[in-house]
Amino acid sequence: MYYENCAVPSAILEIRDVSCALGGRPVLRHINLTVEEGETVVLLGRSGSGKTTLLKTVNGLVPATSGEIRFEGRGTAQWDAVEMRRRMGYVIQDAGLFPHWTVEANIGLVPRLEKWEPARVAARVDLLLETVGLAPAEFRHRYPRQLSGGQRQRVGISRALGADPPLLLFDEPFASLDPITRYELQRQFLELRSTVRKTALFVTHDVREALLLATRIALLREGELESVATPEEFLASRTKEGQAFLACLEDDGRPD
Amino acid sequence: MSPSLAEEILSLSLQHLRLVAITIAIAAAIALPTAVLVARRPGVRRWVLSFTNIAQTVPSLALFGFLLPLIGIGEQTAIVALSLYALLPILRSTLTGILGVDPAVRESAMAMGMTPRQILWQVELPLAVPSIVAGLRIATVTTIGTATIAAFIGAGGLGVFLVRGIAMMDKQALLAGALPAAAMALAFDEGLEWIERKLSAG
Repeated sequence: MYYENCAVPSAILEIRDVSCALGGRPVLRHINLTVEEGETVVLLGRSGSGKTTLLKTVNGLVPATSGEIRFEGRGTAQWDAVEMRRRMGYVIQDAGLFPHWTVEANIGLVPRLEKWEPARVAARVDLLLETVGLAPAEFRHRYPRQLSGGQRQRVGISRALGADPPLLLFDEPFASLDPITRYELQRQFLELRSTVRKTALFVTHDVREALLLATRIALLREGELESVATPEEFLASRTKEGQAFLACLEDDGRPD
Repeated sequence: MSPSLAEEILSLSLQHLRLVAITIAIAAAIALPTAVLVARRPGVRRWVLSFTNIAQTVPSLALFGFLLPLIGIGEQTAIVALSLYALLPILRSTLTGILGVDPAVRESAMAMGMTPRQILWQVELPLAVPSIVAGLRIATVTTIGTATIAAFIGAGGLGVFLVRGIAMMDKQALLAGALPAAAMALAFDEGLEWIERKLSAG
């Protein structure tokens, strides 16, 4: 199992009995989920299952209506929101890069906000570009519109890794990429995880992606957490929603 | 064209430009911060836009008339009235620019731990610049035209020729006022549009 490498797994993120209503409509109901250091927990669910909302309650983009979220042992209410978010990398679909900034400026954002020395920021940017497989000399000074979708997403991931945050949040980062680029980036993600050993919470509606990337899969259905399972356990899932997702695999078989 | 006419055209053109420049400076100084303040407040925003809309619908000659007893004859009255007209295009385009920032970009900025102030100065305003320039362009071009009417309340500028031309049925005077004003408007339109295009591409 994955934990074997870690001496004592410690919870980076604890979601305790979190509910959330948006415009009077309940979107999340009594969610309990713990993310240990080094894990990649994938939030899997269909559209409207509340998976993105759950991710956004973690960094406070959406406030939880009740319940508690603890990050690095501290309740999110005790955190200064800005300070906390700088310790959580965030990657979204289409990357959400700043169009008026170069790749270098985008990736260096959080280090700059954290007032790193310019030389240290530059070195960090180069290292991160190399980490995601983009040649620094070639890409440093490009603008987002001069990049392909896959390159933009690589820059998005670099930006999230900017100041080496303990937790990474991914909101369907690869959903709009073509299948080949998506697969490349999923591979990159796995490679990255083995080198930088980051903890991640990853939202997707793609069951193959979940099985490929997750150390544990948290299955959401209509705002409720239906099951939390390792990919192996998930493949033997008996729940209705689990079965529904597994049915998607039958035509094209398991990944890998 | 006599040398004295050419001199008069030049001096009135400069006076006209001055009027326009002061007007746009004042309008921008009011509209830009107002737009920033109301951008995140839909309630106030509607209220402010209604006010500038109404100001825009008052016929300029009537507005000059209303302001005369309050401020008196001359340049100040013209500047106040012209500034009121210039508010709307600048305010509206600045709002459009700020509100038009891709929500995904704003969400990223917030999620990366930028403060609202940093988001405004480093993300929203820079991205709104082309739109702001578009608003300044419209305001400048319309002010160049409307400012000719300011001569009726003694504010000077190229409108002086128009007042004279109308009063004396003098075609040459009308042209001496209208042509430079039109040329000025075209020049600013082109020039600012060029800047706008440069910034949008940048």
